[in-house]
Amino acid sequence: MLRDITLGQYYPVDSPIHRLDPRTKIVLTIVYIVAVFFGKGLLGYLPTLLFLLLIIKLSGVPFTMMLKSLRPLRILLIFTFVLNLFFISSGEVLFRWRFIQITKDGLSHALRFSLRLIFLVLGTSLMTLTTPPVALTDGLESLCSPLKKIGFPAHEMAMMMTIALRFIPTLIEEADKIMKAQSARGADFSSGSVTSRARAMIPLLVPLFISAFRRAGDLAFAMEARCYRGGEGRTRLHILKFRKGDAVAFVITGLLIPVTIFAGRLL
Amino acid sequence: MKKQAELRMENLSFKYEGAEGFAVKNVDLTIEKGSFTTVLGHNGSGKSTLAKLINGLFLPTQGKVFVDGMDTQDEQHTWDVRARAGVVFQNPDNQIVATVVKDDVAFGLENIGVPHEQMEARIEEALGAVDMLDFIDRAPHMLSGGQKQRVAIAGIMAMKPAALILDEVTSMLDPKGRKEVFDTVRRLNKQRGITVVWITHFMEEAALSDRVLVMHRGEIRMDGTPREVFANGDALRSLRLDVPPMALLAQELVRRGIDIREDILSLDEMEREVVAKWRLNCKM
Repeated sequence: MLRDITLGQYYPVDSPIHRLDPRTKIVLTIVYIVAVFFGKGLLGYLPTLLFLLLIIKLSGVPFTMMLKSLRPLRILLIFTFVLNLFFISSGEVLFRWRFIQITKDGLSHALRFSLRLIFLVLGTSLMTLTTPPVALTDGLESLCSPLKKIGFPAHEMAMMMTIALRFIPTLIEEADKIMKAQSARGADFSSGSVTSRARAMIPLLVPLFISAFRRAGDLAFAMEARCYRGGEGRTRLHILKFRKGDAVAFVITGLLIPVTIFAGRLL
Repeated sequence: MKKQAELRMENLSFKYEGAEGFAVKNVDLTIEKGSFTTVLGHNGSGKSTLAKLINGLFLPTQGKVFVDGMDTQDEQHTWDVRARAGVVFQNPDNQIVATVVKDDVAFGLENIGVPHEQMEARIEEALGAVDMLDFIDRAPHMLSGGQKQRVAIAGIMAMKPAALILDEVTSMLDPKGRKEVFDTVRRLNKQRGITVVWITHFMEEAALSDRVLVMHRGEIRMDGTPREVFANGDALRSLRLDVPPMALLAQELVRRGIDIREDILSLDEMEREVVAKWRLNCKM
C-alpha cells in the first residue's frame, strides 16, 4: 500500500506549460496566489476561473488528474463551507429551522472561501504536475542564488531537496519491509485505539531512523568519492533559459491581478 | 618491459579514531596499470578500509598511498586523486544522488567542472559503456540492483578515471545482477585498460582475475595468481575463507591419489581435465 506514492506528482506530457522555465512557473504561481486573494465577490473570481481553465487546457493534464489533487483537502473544504454557512449570522435570513439558520452573507462567504481554497490548490498543483522535481529544485536554486550574498545556502538547500526526493521511495520501501517483518512477529499496526496504534509505530520508526542515518553516512562517502565539494565551481547539466513563451506567460499572468481587482469593483 | 604502476601503497597503516588495533597494517603493494586485482577477506579484514584509503577518503595513519604518482595526503591533489581512482560502494541505493539516471551520471561531471557542452556526450558514452543507455531517463528506484550498480559505475566512468575500486559491489545483488556487474567491469578492464581493484568475498569472481590478494586482520597474507592462491587450500581455510568448489574437488582427488591437476578453478576446466584423463585411460 505504501508503494503507491509516486515521486512528486509530475505528469509527463509535452505542452506549452511544461516547456516554460521552472523559474517562470514558480514566480507566476506566487503571482497567481496573490491574484486569488485579491478576488472580491463572486464576480471577482471569474477572471481567475477563466485563467485556470485556460492553463489547464494548455497543460494537457487531464481534468480528472486535477480533481485528484483536491481529494486530500475534501474534509477541510467541507469544514470551511459548513462553518461559514452556519456561523455567520449577519445579513438577510434565507432559511431557518429551529436553531439552524442560513443567511445570505453566510452563503456567499462559504462559497467564496471554498472557491478560494480550490483555486489555490488547483493552481499550485498545476505547477508540480507540469514541472519535474529536478527542474523545480534547479529553479529554486537559481531564484535564491542572489540571496547567497547575505549567506543564504541556496545550493545546499536545492541539494537537500534533491536528495530528499531521491530517498523518499527508498525509505518507503524500507518502512514497508520493516512493517512486514514486525507483522510477521505479531505486531499489530491497524487495530486498537489511536494511542496504541501510535505506540505500535515506535518499533517501526526506530529501525527506520537508524538505517536513514547509516544511509546518510554512506551517501556522504559516495558523494565525496565523486568529488563533491559544495556549490563552488560546479558546472550544470541543466541550464535554465528564458524563452518567448516565458515572456507571454508573464504578461498574461501579470494582467490577472489588475483584471481581478477591476472585476471585484464592478459588483 | 617494466609495467607502469597505477596505485602504490608504501608501508601503509590505518587506525580508526578511538580504535585499539590497526584496521590496515603495513601494506606494501603496487597495483599495475591495466591489471585486474581481487582483494579477498572475511568481514573486518580491512578490505573496505583499503578502498577508502586508495582515493583519499581516509588518510593513512602511517605510510603513504600514491595514485598515479600523486600522494593522497597532498591536499593539492585531493580532487585529482578522487577523479583518477573512482570508488563504487556496496549498497547501490546509498550512492545514487539524483532522481533520474542521467542527472546522477552528471553529478560527478558537475562536481569536477566539466563544461556543459561536453556533458551530454560523456554521459551517453559512460552509460553505453555499462550497457545502460536505454535507461537514461528512468528513475533509479525503478531499476534492479544490478542495473543500479551499473548506473553507479557509469557515474564514475563518466569522470574518466584511470582506476576503478569496487568495494563489494556485488554482495547485495542476486546471482544474475552479480554476473551482469562483474562482466561489465571485466569488460571495461579488458577493452579500455582500466585498472581494477575488485574487493569481494565471492571466490568465483576472484578465480577470474589476474591477481588475488588475501587480507586478514589488516594485513596482506597471500598474493599471487588465482591458481597459486587457491592451490593453497589449507592456508585459505586458516584465514576463514573457502576455496572454490572445483578447486576443492581437485585437491581432494589429488589427496586420494588420483592423478589430476591440482590448480583447477572452474567447472569447465574440471570437465576438460576429466575428459582428457578418461581418453588417456581408454587408449591404454
